Amino acid sequence: MVPVSAYVLVSAILFVTGLAGVLIRRNFIIVMMSVEIMLNAANINLVAFAYHLDSLAGQVMTLFVIAIAAGEAAVGLAIIIVVFRGKIATNVDQINLLKW
Amino acid sequence: MVPIFFAYFALVSIVAGLLTVSLRNPVHCGIALLALLGHVAGLFVLLHAEFVAVVQIIIYAGAILILYLFVLMLLNLKTEERYFHRRHAWYITGVGALTVELLMVLLASRFSGAKGPATVAAVEEIGNSTAIGILMFSDYLLPFEIVGVFLLGAIVGAIVLAKTPSPADLSGDER
Repeated sequence: MVPVSAYVLVSAILFVTGLAGVLIRRNFIIVMMSVEIMLNAANINLVAFAYHLDSLAGQVMTLFVIAIAAGEAAVGLAIIIVVFRGKIATNVDQINLLKW
Repeated sequence: MVPIFFAYFALVSIVAGLLTVSLRNPVHCGIALLALLGHVAGLFVLLHAEFVAVVQIIIYAGAILILYLFVLMLLNLKTEERYFHRRHAWYITGVGALTVELLMVLLASRFSGAKGPATVAAVEEIGNSTAIGILMFSDYLLPFEIVGVFLLGAIVGAIVLAKTPSPADLSGDER
């Protein structure tokens, strides 16, 4: 029997991995992939607690998270294509017009 | 048997996550992300969430990741020499400290709470997808509809953003 804290542990490690990827990578698409890693870490948590607490709410929420991730990927990749086609930038740190 | 599978899925997903953020070639990162998504689906199966595992494979690995790889190859990104923010590399130290902190807190907590009605035996009686479907179309109907509208907006937004502007559009613009 695997305790729920083991799943939460895996989820925490994956989440900080994704966070590190968002912070240190320079490529747009890798940054978005790191966001997907973080979403997956959250999904592991939701499903683990759904199992642990005998409730299906976590699984339903996971399906919603996957749907939101699909929308986020579509819009984000469209923005990336526009940025590349206009030769505005090739890395995230070159887009700083809105930087305070 | 379950602990062995859990150890395998957990270790491989963590290693694949680390590879995703650390590999140099973006396509290799995509492949590592594919391995991560597949093994997270394995974790879902261990947690008796079969429907979510299948959705994870079909939507995440089958649709979202393919979209990523498609854009990656469409843009033909060259592999760069400096692919990390060197100035921000010290963030890793902070993130590592955060991990250790999280692990300490997590190992000490007990995660007790009120149990719901959907035990494994009760769900298996009607089937996992049936149980999720009944819940989604009754208690979670409003979020379900909102997600539908959100996806419509995302599709329209993505098409409008990525559409090649025609000369007629550009002439009216000050661009």
